[in-house]
Amino acid sequence: MIRVRLERREVTPAWLQVAIPIASVLVTLVLCAALVRAAGADVIEAYRILLLSTFRSGYDVQDTLVKAAPLLFTGLAVLVAFRAKFWNIGAEGQLMAGAVAACFVGERTFLPAVSLVPLMIVSAALFGALWALLPALLKVRLKVDDVVTTLLLNFIMLYGVTALLEGPWRDPKSGYPNAPSVRIEAEFPLVPGLGVHLGVALALAAALLVWWMMSRTTLGFRIRAVGHNPAAAAYAGIGVGRVILTAALVSGALAGLAGAGEVGGVRFQVTSDLSSGYGYAGIVVATLAELNPLGAVPAALFFAIVFNGAGTMARATGVPIYLADVIQGVALVTMVAGRLFATYRPRLVRPLAPAPAPGPEATPSPLAGRGGGVAAEGR
Amino acid sequence: METLVTLLDVGFFAALVRISTPLLLASLGELLSERSGVLNLGIEGIMLFGAMTGFTVAYFSGSLWLGVLAALLAGALAGLLMAFLAVVLGVSQHVSGIGLTLLATGLSFYVYRLVFGQPASPPNVVPFRPWPVPVLSDLPVVGPILFNQMPLTYLALLAVPAVAFLLYRTPWGLDLRTVGENPRAADAAGVNVWRMRTQALVIGGAMMALGGAYLSISQFNAFTFGVVSGRGWVAVALVVFGLWSPWRCAAGALLFAALEALQLRLQANNVLHVPYQVLLMLPFVMTIVAMAIVSRNARAPAALLVPYRKEER
Amino acid sequence: MSAGRDVAMIPDARPPLVAMRGISKRFGPVQAVADVDLSVAAGDILGLLGENGAGKTSLMNVLFGTYAADAGTIEVDGRPVAIRSSADALAVGIGMVHQHFELVPRHTVLENLLVGRAGPDGRLTRAAALERLARIGCDYHLELDPDRLVGDLAIGEQQRVEIAKSLVRGARILVLDEPTATLTPREAEGLFRALRSMAARGMGVIFISHKLGEVLALTSRIAVMRHGRMAAERANDGSLSKPELARLMCGRDLAPPEKPAMAPGAPLLVLDRVSARGRVPLRDVSLALREGEIVGIAGVSGNGQRELADLVAGILPPASGTIAVAGRAVPDPSPRRMQALGIGRVPEDRLTTGMIGAMPLSESMALPWIDEPPFSHHGVLDRRAIRAFAAAGIARFDIRTSGPDARTGTLSGGNLQKALLARELARGPRILLAAQPTRGIDVGATEFVHAQFLALRRAGGAVLLVSEDLEELFALSDRIAVMYAGRIVADLPIGEASVERVGLLMAGVEERAA
Repeated sequence: MIRVRLERREVTPAWLQVAIPIASVLVTLVLCAALVRAAGADVIEAYRILLLSTFRSGYDVQDTLVKAAPLLFTGLAVLVAFRAKFWNIGAEGQLMAGAVAACFVGERTFLPAVSLVPLMIVSAALFGALWALLPALLKVRLKVDDVVTTLLLNFIMLYGVTALLEGPWRDPKSGYPNAPSVRIEAEFPLVPGLGVHLGVALALAAALLVWWMMSRTTLGFRIRAVGHNPAAAAYAGIGVGRVILTAALVSGALAGLAGAGEVGGVRFQVTSDLSSGYGYAGIVVATLAELNPLGAVPAALFFAIVFNGAGTMARATGVPIYLADVIQGVALVTMVAGRLFATYRPRLVRPLAPAPAPGPEATPSPLAGRGGGVAAEGR
Repeated sequence: METLVTLLDVGFFAALVRISTPLLLASLGELLSERSGVLNLGIEGIMLFGAMTGFTVAYFSGSLWLGVLAALLAGALAGLLMAFLAVVLGVSQHVSGIGLTLLATGLSFYVYRLVFGQPASPPNVVPFRPWPVPVLSDLPVVGPILFNQMPLTYLALLAVPAVAFLLYRTPWGLDLRTVGENPRAADAAGVNVWRMRTQALVIGGAMMALGGAYLSISQFNAFTFGVVSGRGWVAVALVVFGLWSPWRCAAGALLFAALEALQLRLQANNVLHVPYQVLLMLPFVMTIVAMAIVSRNARAPAALLVPYRKEER
Repeated sequence: MSAGRDVAMIPDARPPLVAMRGISKRFGPVQAVADVDLSVAAGDILGLLGENGAGKTSLMNVLFGTYAADAGTIEVDGRPVAIRSSADALAVGIGMVHQHFELVPRHTVLENLLVGRAGPDGRLTRAAALERLARIGCDYHLELDPDRLVGDLAIGEQQRVEIAKSLVRGARILVLDEPTATLTPREAEGLFRALRSMAARGMGVIFISHKLGEVLALTSRIAVMRHGRMAAERANDGSLSKPELARLMCGRDLAPPEKPAMAPGAPLLVLDRVSARGRVPLRDVSLALREGEIVGIAGVSGNGQRELADLVAGILPPASGTIAVAGRAVPDPSPRRMQALGIGRVPEDRLTTGMIGAMPLSESMALPWIDEPPFSHHGVLDRRAIRAFAAAGIARFDIRTSGPDARTGTLSGGNLQKALLARELARGPRILLAAQPTRGIDVGATEFVHAQFLALRRAGGAVLLVSEDLEELFALSDRIAVMYAGRIVADLPIGEASVERVGLLMAGVEERAA
């Protein structure tokens, strides 16, 4: 019997950082093929539609880009937070906070028309940041678990917004539980030549900016240091609490911008189903990107393609549209598993000549114990 | 004030116990996982998966108990997947848990749509009916509150002392607690750390899924996409709030259920002129407040979130 | 090849309790153990000597099933056994007392004994454990209250729990890894008495240490490891001497570092009646560190040395008293301020507080000064300067690594310590704080580290050397201050300090005023 031993790598080769996400996406598609089969559809045909329907027309490409923008924003939001080990699972709520702020500003009639779009963007970022600041403060000051608080705050935001939409903020014209539409001047302009709204360009710019911040500035350095080892960072004189708060503000602002894009460029009003899971999808995007801001661009595009293609696929083949959600979940799981190869190198080892086992305790179950195949070694 | 008092009748407390059922099961399941050193954030997805599986099997087999069994199996399977990721591979428990929730959620939606399509009115089952305990259910006050409940509710109530007994009074429980506190010590004493953690995750997963199934075949009579709506996350908070003790955890679940029961009553009676969403929000706000209060003396298992790799120090 | 094989070949009616043959173990590029033979007979107390990193602990972890050997066999009572886990080791009667106790502080003594429930004859019941515990108590003078929480016990008592854990399970071979490192001399004496009575009752004991004196005093045979190989194995029949053992351990004569006499200058760092909270609170600590002086801090682990180091490093704020650097009081000490005042800081945990394992070495080395030129300008990193700084340190201190981009965590202990020193000495500090600077690193690196301290001293700087290694303290220090229970109980010029006197002070024995 040959065992697999994992040895820690000194340096992760660059090609692996690209190969691992691609491989995990491929593994995901293979695994999900079983579900497509279960739906009685032809796997190749279903995947062809799922992945290629985006490229049928310029309109479809634009549609995908528009869909990718909030994914990119929330992906960036999550990765900045995760880099600081601030477990922000609350991009969903922060996006909503940004959307509410943007919509509220966009409806104000007393504001000069030209100031609307910039003000929407700034206020969305601000509100998103503030909504993220609360759990970060609880974490830094009171050591309250951030995973739980950010998750719960999503629900609080959702119920709060619904209360507003069914109460004081209900659109008097339509009577539906939606906010009134923003002014026409508050709708985001289209990017010349691309036909997509301003938010898409902003998301791309944000990716570049976040990449620059994380790898080229002292703030990014501090965020990485705190995330990897807060004790060493504190010893070296870095204010750990302040860095976490800063990362939370940046993260929340990015998620808030996703909300601004949805209000200003897509819906023009706040609805309770505005987000539909972009916050959680951001976690998948960030993980698939290996927390690299530039990697978030293809990762967001991939999921935009899948989400857009899923509708077409469902209509054409009868495979439920929720295949997209499954792919998202499976991709995250295969990606965290695959990332192991970035830090460890698998190596086959031949064990010694086996001696008789001394007792009944010596037979480990296939999953538990070191007999299970993967025994990490090294120091 | 008077209206408030009239709200707190026997029916209110019976409802409270009913509502606490999924929270009890899920938070005890999470507690077992965390006591072994693994945070299982797959809980929200596992509950939904349990709700879907339990409902679907009950619908087609006509047997609620087969549905329960199926949900238990589904949860155990999900726990096994979490164990593969967090225990065997030892990758980030946060991310793999979220991944499991997304996966289980997507899968629940997918399978439900595949099986039932998009019917005009959602399919439903005849849910569990109360099983009055002979003699005891006739007791005043206590009878209707505790002894005229659904079978799964009894199960959840019994799970509290059962888990406490398992943890504190059995060799298995001692080994499990040791694995969660100091896996190296457990290993040195001949305990298989991976096996213990896997067992905890499998049992915990089954309990979470059972909590979900309660929602779709006992509290309600159908599966809807929003049937769990954050109860899993609340269960995670309850474990922290309960300082990793099954008794305190159960107390937290009852407290949370009381808030929800109150909310339902207020909504029905409309005595307070508050939007019902604010009442829905209330338990979540209270959970965060409660966590902020207990955070100071929160003593998580020392090895929580730390993967165990034998030859690494 | 080695004496070990000859010993094992001596014809004997009874086979040895345990015999390891041809054991090898590799960690990545490091050959930790290479083709080692070792055997222990009933009644034997075997001293296993060796420098840090010589492979003693790795060899014993193979015996105890913690590591899987790459090659070799193990026999117990002459029968080959496969030891794949601690459970296997316990089942054949091998128990191990680790240097860092493997106990659960939140459990009681009895609960710690019951974990795993493995006994010599199948399952261990509560009653049986209690009964055995009582018997161990009177047989070996290892009394323990089964219902106390382990976290509330003193270190010496915790070690008893660790030993009792093995004995309750019926261990016949007991391995102790550096068991006296954290004990007071008195507690150590108690341990030796217990070990002798175990051997007298036919058990085998393997005693790992690098302290020559106690090995000579306690053991019946001595095996010496060097660079993963068995360098020698001798009977301890009175013919062995400390210098001889030291030569065997290091492969050459140890030359004490050359330390020219110097007159201390002006005080650089003065602590005046400083108290601070911490796991071991500091109480009224006063200490002065002058130019051209190395001051050693001695003490049994956990008597406030860590807190003292944290205080000087700026991460533990003082509750009262004053800290002055170069004659000026530091009103609000912080890591940043202490750095700025010219204090180089080498923390005890190289990888958990010193550097960041997951970052490239270059970034770990620039960590404390990342805000300042040349590493950054107006918040923007100068990556070239960061790499150049690391490259210079690597070249100057002969750090073995693939380069500035290597993940910090992949460096060996000695190279990590060199990198940390390169970082902390780069800005020419007047004061260097060094906590356990040579723990777990090889002889070459240790000499290098010591040479850096002496160079700083020669240049008129000062070193605050916190160490649990008395030999190191006596070799380098101009003065030795002894800590006990959060206080400095003595501050002796090296001429007045003897190992015996410091040892007593470390144990809390108060000196009568002369």
